[in-house]
Amino acid sequence: MEVPIKVTVNGVAYERTVEPRLLLVNFLRDVLDLTGTHVGCDTSSCGACTILLNGKAVKSCTLLAVQVNGAEITTIEGLAKNGELHPLQEGFWQEHGLQCGFCTPGMIMAAYQLLEENPNPSEAEIRHALEGNYCRCTGYHNIVKSIQYAAKKLNA
Amino acid sequence: MAKLIGEAVRRVEDRRFITGQGKYTDDIKLPGMVYAYIIRSPHAHARIKRINVSAAKAMPGVLDVITGEDVKEINGLPCGWQVNFRNGDTMKEPKHPLLVADKVRHVGDNVAMVIAETREIAKDAAEKVEIEYEVLDAVVNPKDAVRDDAPLVHEEAPRNLAFDWEIGDKAKTDEAFENADVVVSLDIRNHRLIPNAIEPRSAIGVYDAAGDKYTLYTSSQNPHLIRLLMCAFVLGIPEHKVRVISPDVGGGFGSKIFHYAEEALVTIAAKRVGRPVKWTAERSESFMTDCHGRDHVTHAELAVRKDGKVLGLRIQTYANLGAYLSTFSTAVPTYLYGTLWQGVYDTPAIYGEVYGVFTHTTPVDAYRGAGRPESTYLLERLMDTAARKLGMDPAEFRRKNFIPPFDGVQQPGYQTQVALQYDSGNYEAALNKALELIDYQGLRKQQEEARKKGRYIGIGFSTYIEACGIAPSAVVGALGARAGLYESSIVRVQPTGKVTVYTGSHAHGQGHETTFAQIVADTLGVALEDVEVVHGDTESVPFGMGTYGSRSLAVGGSALRKGLDKIIEKGTKIAAHLLEAAEEDLQFANGEWTVKGTDRKISFGEVALAAYVPHNYPEGLEPGLEFSTFYDPANFTFPFGAHIAVVEVDPDTGKVTLLRYVAVDDVGNVINPMIVDGQVHGGLAQGIAQALWEEAVYDEDGQLITGSFLEYAIPRADDLIAFEVDRTVTPCPHNPLGVKGAGETGTIASTPAIVNAVVDALSPLGITDLPMPLTPSRVWAAIQQAKA
Repeated sequence: MEVPIKVTVNGVAYERTVEPRLLLVNFLRDVLDLTGTHVGCDTSSCGACTILLNGKAVKSCTLLAVQVNGAEITTIEGLAKNGELHPLQEGFWQEHGLQCGFCTPGMIMAAYQLLEENPNPSEAEIRHALEGNYCRCTGYHNIVKSIQYAAKKLNA
Repeated sequence: MAKLIGEAVRRVEDRRFITGQGKYTDDIKLPGMVYAYIIRSPHAHARIKRINVSAAKAMPGVLDVITGEDVKEINGLPCGWQVNFRNGDTMKEPKHPLLVADKVRHVGDNVAMVIAETREIAKDAAEKVEIEYEVLDAVVNPKDAVRDDAPLVHEEAPRNLAFDWEIGDKAKTDEAFENADVVVSLDIRNHRLIPNAIEPRSAIGVYDAAGDKYTLYTSSQNPHLIRLLMCAFVLGIPEHKVRVISPDVGGGFGSKIFHYAEEALVTIAAKRVGRPVKWTAERSESFMTDCHGRDHVTHAELAVRKDGKVLGLRIQTYANLGAYLSTFSTAVPTYLYGTLWQGVYDTPAIYGEVYGVFTHTTPVDAYRGAGRPESTYLLERLMDTAARKLGMDPAEFRRKNFIPPFDGVQQPGYQTQVALQYDSGNYEAALNKALELIDYQGLRKQQEEARKKGRYIGIGFSTYIEACGIAPSAVVGALGARAGLYESSIVRVQPTGKVTVYTGSHAHGQGHETTFAQIVADTLGVALEDVEVVHGDTESVPFGMGTYGSRSLAVGGSALRKGLDKIIEKGTKIAAHLLEAAEEDLQFANGEWTVKGTDRKISFGEVALAAYVPHNYPEGLEPGLEFSTFYDPANFTFPFGAHIAVVEVDPDTGKVTLLRYVAVDDVGNVINPMIVDGQVHGGLAQGIAQALWEEAVYDEDGQLITGSFLEYAIPRADDLIAFEVDRTVTPCPHNPLGVKGAGETGTIASTPAIVNAVVDALSPLGITDLPMPLTPSRVWAAIQQAKA
């Protein structure tokens, strides 16, 4: 009992048939082989699976693939344009905003939405905006600096 | 050429992670791959009366169901360190089966494995497996477990004891307590933690029938050790027929050191079904089955003279080992704990005993810091408690008891009362720097002012020491280690002068691909981009011990440095021949050999080419420019430092707010300060979290009631603040890089600094101790009780 869906991911249109219970994150990882989006928990807590759905940061482990029929999705793989890193990617690199790298894609996607809505966030606003994303390596210290770097660059 | 050692070089590994191209085990998809799901015990202690897999096996898409009966003949998971009883009796080491056939011993214990075409089918089929349990009484607290009437975890371990252990001089210590003016004591529950690396554990087994070979992909911190343990101790398959690959690993913090049953199970399953088999933990499985950390019940006493001199320390600890002995579980509460009781203080008499206890809980093993946080916590809490009792300033009290500075070269190492000899240290210098950074005198004035306004601000200290780069092999072997603790490297100079190095260390966030390349680039005078660092694959890397205990740079980096020295030594022979000069007349710097006092020189690249195209070449010298090196250190390294926390407690809610955190660490020489700072930040987050939020809780039936992120509070960005980190530098005198280790300092130091700060804040109410974690409800209750 598979269901057909159409979805645009990182600018590429896909048509696939999927089981109704297939999670969006598994659709991205297993069906489209976009493994940059990670699964860290089963409870929408950790944010490692954060993607942009029609421009909004959402947790792809909490959506079914069939729910995104017709939608536009951006994953970490779609953030750099023509080989040029997005300022957030640059910021995470420059400010040592990652260690093991597992939470990083979700963290960057959450930060993307923050900077879309608030181009000049304070440190407190950055920390608040990341409350849906866990990092176990960095203590968030350099993640905050990475996002400040990107904000500065985007506003320049 | 610009020097790279000591510079904040941007990490070379980051491009793949920030673009989503990292390759973690669960990202790997192999042709024909199928999926495993493990059925786990819902009970802490129960007899398996009946198990029926026929309905599951009959489901379309199901390839196999493996139960305890199927693996009964296979050995259990081994323990890597033997700690015997004081009376000479051998450590109790009951079998830790891959799958349980008779009796489950903790919630999450492995009962059966279902293998199916998809993850979803495997899970559906697992629901069709019928298991009948007879539930038995359980025990979860180590002090309860040693009572005569406690349920036994293993019949062969009376009173649930795996071992008991002591260290130090009991008679001398008892005498110190008799002569003391003041004795302070604390009952400490260093509670259980769940590591929670954000990448769940994952393993893929592959069997190649044509060559009778296996490949195991696993999210491990030490692939060689996994191969050795799995081949030689569990499955009995030849080591040279097994390749273990640890690709990108999403954090470990100790929890991915150990050999887990799933690694052996996917290996067996791959052969049984003839297809690659992948298993990836769900987060709830991480909570139930990744080895937990800490869980000590301790009574600690400090004997002090009225002028503030510490005379003696006495400890008794019940260490919870969980249901089975995990890989390093027995070393953590003994040789990584009791041997650190000297701290940074010149205490003349120390004695303590440790009981290693089985309970019906998840096995406990090394978690970031491993033994050293437990030791530091009790010492630093005792130091603060004693200072308060004597009416002394906690910084001054510590200063009075510090071991005087020694560099390990001009002055000898410091022989502790508890076996270890410290390499080098300058403990007062770190404290002075921290006091200066935080403006201690000014801060005390602010605290005084705030108190007058009814605000509860507290200042907490932690002046700690830790032991990294566990070694040397002969010594740890004599103490019960069943492995060597050296590290390996291969330096392979390519004909064009590019360099590939292979290290037995493993990076899972620590940035070896950058720091190790910095060492190579500086030592050989080549560009950073001309160096490739390879790790994590037993097929290409020489036998290595992996990464834990902050050992990578001190041991693995030293193995690399020694290998580079061999390259230069051989290169000098080739250069001397080509320059028609004597070797002793050459000097090597900035990637070229020069005849001293002349402008005659030859580059590293030219020498490399000559080594592989040896037309004009020294007679009798082998072609090629490649060396493999094994390095066994002379001693542990001993990083230390001084941390100061400033907190405010809201008396109406009990909520603790972090105001400032200053960390001054001394990790010896620093290769990449950006990476060291990052390690400190992450460690601080985990140590602060133990003090304030994280706690694994079992109910009396042995149910893990903190089994998800909804109940177990790891810190979020807005729980923490920007940290103020700095350093002093006291080089390690016994390794070629002078480095000590930086991975755990933050975790070790910060837990007591926070608790000391909260106790200091509430001291006007007469509060002298609080049980961790200091959640608002606990702090609020303590305030109400103090006010009543």
